[in-house]
Amino acid sequence: MAFFRAGMLGFGGGPAVIPIMQRDVVDRYGWLTDEEYGDTIALSNTMPGPIATKLAGYIGYRVAGLRGCLIALVASIVPTVVLMILLLGILQNYKDVPWVANMSSAVVPVVAVMLGVLTWNFVRQSEKALGWSRAILLILVSVVLLEVLGIHPAFLIAGLILMVLVPFIKRTVKKT
Amino acid sequence: MIYWQIFLAFFIPGILGYGGGPASIPLVEKEVVGRYGWMDTQEFSEVLALGNSLPGPIATKMAGYIGYAEGGVLGAAVGLFGAVAPSLILMIALMAILFKYKDSREVKNISKVVKPVIAVLIGVMTLDFIVTSEASLGGIQTAILMVASYLMLEKWKLHPALVITLALLYGAITGIFIA
Repeated sequence: MAFFRAGMLGFGGGPAVIPIMQRDVVDRYGWLTDEEYGDTIALSNTMPGPIATKLAGYIGYRVAGLRGCLIALVASIVPTVVLMILLLGILQNYKDVPWVANMSSAVVPVVAVMLGVLTWNFVRQSEKALGWSRAILLILVSVVLLEVLGIHPAFLIAGLILMVLVPFIKRTVKKT
Repeated sequence: MIYWQIFLAFFIPGILGYGGGPASIPLVEKEVVGRYGWMDTQEFSEVLALGNSLPGPIATKMAGYIGYAEGGVLGAAVGLFGAVAPSLILMIALMAILFKYKDSREVKNISKVVKPVIAVLIGVMTLDFIVTSEASLGGIQTAILMVASYLMLEKWKLHPALVITLALLYGAITGIFIA
């Protein structure tokens, strides 16, 4: 129930789900304390992948094992996916009608604005975490590698993660 | 074969998308539009628009829908599994270790260094969308719609679902007018 509600109410993608889920998980059902919930979010941010499903799956797992994990995932994912398939199916059926086709053209610039805002959010987050000079440097390097040289983002991201982790692994190995 | 492709198309963005669901959007676009050619930019933007106006996590809505479009119910299941399972398993498995090292500078840094890359990917996608829109609507309409939706979303903080609905209405009305 906690994850069904969070899934259905969380307009605006994963991050919007976080506070809604907190109300249910911490206040209503008391599965985790505020501090545990905060730690869980911080850690799931360091892991890749969609945040809402990582939270749902992990908390479900802690509360009721594998079965809890599956129930939480199904509750947070399935209803919205079904809704999406139904609505897009309807749209696809009528896409050759001229005014319907025009409807889907009119949506593109709106999505462009949403993505533009998202881009800016990521730039600001990078700036806060790394400072302007390093953030801009990394952005420029990524533009060159991704767009000019056409390197797949997987290699760039994997490379960066390795660069960050090498000193950490060295230190940890030395200690043990 | 198609199921393996669907799995890969969502597995790679899932495992690389640092910064939650939105971070994986450009990576999904790269696979779905760029590599496999399942849809064009226009169709992808429809999926994204509808996904943004419906509730719930965005990455899974895209994986479920695109998987369904390419491979039916089984395709949807495979897409969802690819998007969700690997990072979730990793998280459950590593949680104990992560708790131990949660204050380590390097572990915190992972998601920081990836953010600029994600910013570039989404930025490029934004440009793609503007170019696509310019091709179908022309520059003037594109500019009007962009300015209007920016004002509504960011200045007046209207709900995305409402803004999308207004854009659909605008498209329908002007569409009838053209016809």
